[in-house]
Amino acid sequence: MDILILLLALFVLSLFLGVELITKVPPTLHTPLMSGTNAVSGITLVGALLAAGNDSSPMLVNVLGFIAVTLATINVVGGYLVTNRMLAMFKRK
Amino acid sequence: MNANIVNFAYLLAGILFILGIKGLTKPKTAVRGNMLSALGMLLAVVVTLLNLGAIDFTYIIAGVVVGAVVGSIMALRIQMTSMPQMVALLNGFGGGASLTIALAEYYAKLGTTPGSFAELLTPVVADSSAFGLGAEGTVALIAIGLTVLIGAVTLTGSFVAFAKLQELMKKSYGLPGGPIGNAVFLLAALISVGLVVVDPGNVAAMVAVVALALLLGLFLVMPIGGADMPVVIALLNSYSGIAAALAGFILGNTVLIIAGSLVGTSGLILTQIMCVAMNRSLANVLFGKMAESGETIDADEVYAGKVTSAQPDEVAMILETARRVVIVPGYGMAMAQAQHAVRELADAMEARGIEVEYGIHPVAGRMPGHMNVLLAEAEVPYDKLVEMDRINPTFEDTDVVIVIGANDVTNPMARDAEGSPIYGMPILNVDKARNVVVIKRSLSPGFAGLPNPLFAMDHTLMVYGDGKKAVIEMTTALNQA
Repeated sequence: MDILILLLALFVLSLFLGVELITKVPPTLHTPLMSGTNAVSGITLVGALLAAGNDSSPMLVNVLGFIAVTLATINVVGGYLVTNRMLAMFKRK
Repeated sequence: MNANIVNFAYLLAGILFILGIKGLTKPKTAVRGNMLSALGMLLAVVVTLLNLGAIDFTYIIAGVVVGAVVGSIMALRIQMTSMPQMVALLNGFGGGASLTIALAEYYAKLGTTPGSFAELLTPVVADSSAFGLGAEGTVALIAIGLTVLIGAVTLTGSFVAFAKLQELMKKSYGLPGGPIGNAVFLLAALISVGLVVVDPGNVAAMVAVVALALLLGLFLVMPIGGADMPVVIALLNSYSGIAAALAGFILGNTVLIIAGSLVGTSGLILTQIMCVAMNRSLANVLFGKMAESGETIDADEVYAGKVTSAQPDEVAMILETARRVVIVPGYGMAMAQAQHAVRELADAMEARGIEVEYGIHPVAGRMPGHMNVLLAEAEVPYDKLVEMDRINPTFEDTDVVIVIGANDVTNPMARDAEGSPIYGMPILNVDKARNVVVIKRSLSPGFAGLPNPLFAMDHTLMVYGDGKKAVIEMTTALNQA
């Protein structure tokens, strides 16, 4: 149970931190914020790698892992690239 | 690799994500912030890969290559006007990734290899100890069930949102019974999650959760109209984050929890901002229609004989003598791809010493910040994009307001007509300016289905036609004057 309480504490504190951070983002940057957080949510790639690389597991698990890796990579690569493209436009001036 | 080193690397990645979002609080530091965040991602992924050891990398390499190619093509080819579609798709992929991770984890711990669909439904003998000791097993199962549920809703809901934004799906469909139908689906899905938690070997219940949640995502978003999409996209953004955080609980992975909860709160805060800007509750957007008004307002009564139309060159004559002009863009500007034309008109005015600013309503467009991105693409400096609360007091000192493709967000009924469906919604008080020019295809009502008394006011001129063409003609006329 110890580890669960630690994870829960991490979760709750991150939520509060999230509120503090996000409320300071100006409306002008709300679209890049959404695509940028999309890229961050691609952190599921870490979980996907663990699933796809599970040697001892049945084929179905590897296939699901492959799908997860693909989708999460799209999120990471697509999210960061498109956010960078948008933010570069804001920076020009 | 030592588990402590891995977790320390995850902590560093989490810090980089936080610094990344902090960078987004200012346009100047935003690019660097995004890079820091990407660096954090790279660190987390590399450490995870190194920690996998000597295993079969076939599936991983295949997935990363396919994902990287698809992701780069999408990101580099998407038009700025289509950014809401892009974000909707990314939300969906995020939900899909969490869904498949949770399912993979479920079947891996179960240790079964279903060979056919029938076997997929056949119960196997298992208890929660396969998922962790004592309470940990139960919590892991709850997390798996909820991740599957939220991930699947996000997946199909986002694809419907995409179809609506891309105008592939124009009509609104819903379950009979509307919110009640959706509630029944949600309840059934939650009961199935409960069945899995009680008996993890009940694979049929897990398949039921997937099926019910996929359908629920469809039915939740299908009835929602285009102008409410900012709320839907923000909410699905939040779901994709929450699903990632829950996946972190399944795997006991700290960086998933940190990143997921940051994304989850981001989406929720944006949802809240959008709802406030429309003066509607989240439940009303998701399940309700616009409030029915007591008496239907007859558009003919509002407009009859009172609407003045004008040609672009007549508008240019008014602009010539103006000192301060505010441009108010809406979704129509995106539809007409008129952002570059608008910037050129602003340049022409500024060349004459006219002060030009842009008034941006929070729900203008199809996603939070949509107008800002379009105008930034057209190289409008971001300090000229003024948010609603700051631009509203300046309208009284404004000579001309040019409204292009916006309607409901300028409707004075929201301020003056108590009992109107949009009463109480914060609007841009463009009617306080000395002259108002509205560029619009026709007098057709906006999303709220209401006539806009602004169009019939004495100091309002309607310029009918394509937004881009009208703005270009104004610029030409102004340059020749």
